[in-house]
Amino acid sequence: MFEQYLPIFVLLGVAFVLALAFMALSRFLGPYRPNTVKLKPYESGMDPVGQAKDRYSIAFYLVAMEFIVFDLEVVFLYPWAVRFLDMGTGTFVAMTVFIVILFIGLIYTLKKGTLDWDMKNFKYEALKK
Amino acid sequence: MAEVTLSSFIVLGVALFMLLNSAAIAVYAERRVAAFIQNRMGPNRVGPAGLLQPIADVLKLLLKEDVTPTEGNKFIHAVAPMIPVITALMTVAVIPFGEGLYATNINASVLYLLAVASLGVYGVTLAGWASNSKYSLLGGLRAAAQMISYELPLGMAVASVVIFVGSLRVVDIAAYQETWWFFFLNPLGAIIFIIAAFAESNRTPFDLVEAEQELVGGFHTEYSSMKFGMFFLAEYMHVVINSMLMTTFFFGAYHLPFAGYWLPELSPLVKGILDVSVFTIKTGFFMFLFIWVRWTIPRFKYNQVMKLGWSRLLPLSIANFIVIAAILFFIVN
Repeated sequence: MFEQYLPIFVLLGVAFVLALAFMALSRFLGPYRPNTVKLKPYESGMDPVGQAKDRYSIAFYLVAMEFIVFDLEVVFLYPWAVRFLDMGTGTFVAMTVFIVILFIGLIYTLKKGTLDWDMKNFKYEALKK
Repeated sequence: MAEVTLSSFIVLGVALFMLLNSAAIAVYAERRVAAFIQNRMGPNRVGPAGLLQPIADVLKLLLKEDVTPTEGNKFIHAVAPMIPVITALMTVAVIPFGEGLYATNINASVLYLLAVASLGVYGVTLAGWASNSKYSLLGGLRAAAQMISYELPLGMAVASVVIFVGSLRVVDIAAYQETWWFFFLNPLGAIIFIIAAFAESNRTPFDLVEAEQELVGGFHTEYSSMKFGMFFLAEYMHVVINSMLMTTFFFGAYHLPFAGYWLPELSPLVKGILDVSVFTIKTGFFMFLFIWVRWTIPRFKYNQVMKLGWSRLLPLSIANFIVIAAILFFIVN
C-alpha cells in the first residue's frame, strides 16, 4: 500500500539534493567580496529608510481569510464529487444547499466591498489625521 | 493495484531529466519567440542558432557573486529559492506520459498535484519577506494574495473534471479522455483552468509579482547568482508543469482527439511512442501559448487581477461545477 509513495519520496530526495547542489556550486564557483554598501537592501540608490517590515494593507489579510473559507469548500467538494452519483438524491440536495449558501456568502462579501481593491472608495482624509 | 517496479523509476528518471531540459529549452524558446514577435534576431551567437544559450546563461549565473543582504533573515533567504524548484520537480511523479507510463499511481494524485502546486507560494512569499527590502516585501505579498486567490478557481475547475471520472487518480482522468477530451465536455472549466494556471505561474498578464516598472525585480530584487537562477528556473519549470497539467486534465493527456473511435489496436511499442509524442506536442503547444501571451498582452493592474479572480472566475467556476453536477445527476438517475 505505502510502497506506492516510494517514488514520491525518492523524487523529494533527488529534488532536494539538486536544489542544494545548485546553491553549493554558486557558492564555490562565484567570488565572495562583500562590503557594507553592497549588502544593503536595494532602494533605488538611496540609503534605505526604516525597516521593510512595516505595516501593510489590511486587504491582504482579508484575502487570506476569504481564501480559507472557500478553499475548505473546495476540499469538501472533492470526496463528494468522486462518489456523488452512487449516493442518491439526499446528498445531492444537501451539497447543493451547502454550495448555494457559500455562493450567497461570496456575493455578500463582494457587495460589501471586502475584496474591493479599487482606490475609488479610499479616504485620503483618514491618512492625514 | 499497480506495483512500483524498476520501470516506475526509469519513467521517473526520464521525466525528471526531460523536465529540467525542457525548462532550459523554454528559456531559449521564450527569447527566440519574443525576438520573432518583436521583429528582431534574439540569441544566435552561442552554438548553432544560439541553441547553447541556456548553458551559457547557467554558467554565467554560477560564476556570479552570491550577495545576501545583511539585514534580512539569512537562513530563510537561502531556503526560499529551493522551495519552488523542489515543488516544481515533485509534480512529475503522478503525471501519465502514456498508457502505463507513469512513476506512481497513488489514489489521491489529483489532491497531491494541487497540494504540491500550492506549496510553491511559500518560496516567493518567504523570499520577499526575508530580503528586508520594500520592493521584495510588496512583491511577496502580492504573490501570496494572487496565488491563493487563483487557486480557488483552479481547484473548482479540476473538481468539475473529477466529477465526470469519479476518481482522484490522474491516470484515470487521462484514460477517461480516450474518446472525448474534457475540453469538449467542459469548455468553461478548461478556460478557467488556463487563466488560473497563468496566474498561478505568475506569467504575463498576471506578473504583478515582479512588475519591473513598479517593483524593480519584485520578490527577487535582493537575489543574485544561482539563487536568482533558481527562481528563474522554477518559473520556467512551472510553465512546463502547467502546460502538462492543462494537457492532462483538459486536452486528452496522451490521446489523439476521439482516438477511442478510430485509432486501431497498436503494438505496445508503437502505442508508447505515439502516446509520448502526442503528449509532448500538446505540452509544447501550451508552452508556446504561455510565451505567445506574454509577448502579446500587457499586464493588468493589481485591482483588476483581484477583481477577475474573486468576482468573475470564482463565481463562474462554482456555477460551472454545480451545473455539471446537476446535469450528470439527472442523466444518470
